[in-house]
Amino acid sequence: MTTETHAPMPHRAAPDWLWYLGVPVAGVLLYLLYGQLIPISEWLTGLFPVARDSHTGEAIAFFTYDVPKVLLLLTGIVFVTGVLRSWFSPEKTRALLAGKRQIWGYPLAAALGVLTPFCSCSSVPLFIGFVSAGIPLGVTFSFLIAGPMVGPVGLGLLYGLVGWKIATIYLVFGFTIATVSGWVLGRFGLEKYLQDWVRELNAGPVGDLPEERLTLVDRLKIGLEQVREIVGKVWIWVLVGIGIGAAIHGYVPEAVMLKIMGGEAWWSVPAAVVVGVPMYTNAAGVIPIVEALLGKGAALGTTLAFMMSVIALSLPEMVILKQVLTYRLIAIFIAVVAAGILATGFLFNFLL
Amino acid sequence: MKTVKVYGPGCKRCEATEAMVKEAAARLGIEVAVEKITDAKSIAVAGVMSTPGLSVDGKLVHAGGLPDAAKLDGWLTA
Repeated sequence: MTTETHAPMPHRAAPDWLWYLGVPVAGVLLYLLYGQLIPISEWLTGLFPVARDSHTGEAIAFFTYDVPKVLLLLTGIVFVTGVLRSWFSPEKTRALLAGKRQIWGYPLAAALGVLTPFCSCSSVPLFIGFVSAGIPLGVTFSFLIAGPMVGPVGLGLLYGLVGWKIATIYLVFGFTIATVSGWVLGRFGLEKYLQDWVRELNAGPVGDLPEERLTLVDRLKIGLEQVREIVGKVWIWVLVGIGIGAAIHGYVPEAVMLKIMGGEAWWSVPAAVVVGVPMYTNAAGVIPIVEALLGKGAALGTTLAFMMSVIALSLPEMVILKQVLTYRLIAIFIAVVAAGILATGFLFNFLL
Repeated sequence: MKTVKVYGPGCKRCEATEAMVKEAAARLGIEVAVEKITDAKSIAVAGVMSTPGLSVDGKLVHAGGLPDAAKLDGWLTA
């Protein structure tokens, strides 16, 4: 005990070379496993006493293929994102955005919204930190919308499950909605609808934290820590989402899907938004559902609208923001973002 | 006697940070008073944008994520 009071205990840690070796090896192993998912899923499905081409057989095959696939993709994406985001922080982002009143503050904010690590539990201090630093409200909104809307997890899973074309469309339109919604909200001059205490608050200068010097191994550790935390938190949503996707894939007849979510049914786009907003899940949970919907012939616009409203507009987040925004401002915020989502949905149903 | 403040709305990582501080203080034989700041306004006024944040004797030393254990020892012994 006495020695420990003088020298901080050495913290047990893997040596650096183990990280440099282990991360690429793990990457290659996961990649090889990823290539074997179809045989594995077919073998698992064969263990069930049902015909492979029956409704139940189809649903089981979807589930046993998607669960390992999504979990593998999720692990890879979260790790890479965690490492990349270690170069960014809310403090640096704020410094970059402060004073950017020009029009390109909006796309910059949206891009930083994707790259800056922040959890929804700190969105209130972050919001106040931005606004009190003189970052315009609209720019702050662009940042807050882009974060969940075009998050790497959603994009990566779309790419892996649905294909690069739709992933790219989603990226472009999600980013545009975040940028334009922020700009529109900025034009309204909504500062008066902040909660009183936020307006009166003259938050002091944000703490001058010394810049942390991170080694590459530190960044790899951050990536792994993110995997543990995020995969540990969302796996249950993934299972539920894939379960719903499997049920759709196995049991819903295409004719019914075309009638409800086909391009002919114009009302399906607003309906998709109305259903999507109160649904609380995350990108990892909703994309297997999207995969099954598209596979059954649901219109792309309707599906995009559903996905965007689930991911970008969530009620729990509104409850958190209620601390700083009045109901009126929250309503305007939802209306503007929902309008962008509706426009995207209608555009794609009309074009295709 | 050092005053340590943990800033955070009460998420899992904030509690983990508080536990880390107490554990490190006990191990190093340093007397600390740990205070949890959970109110969004106070967190913002302190200049913390990403939680959990940590201050020692009024000086902000960390924001965002769990603090590094070795650095935490350094802040407490400084």
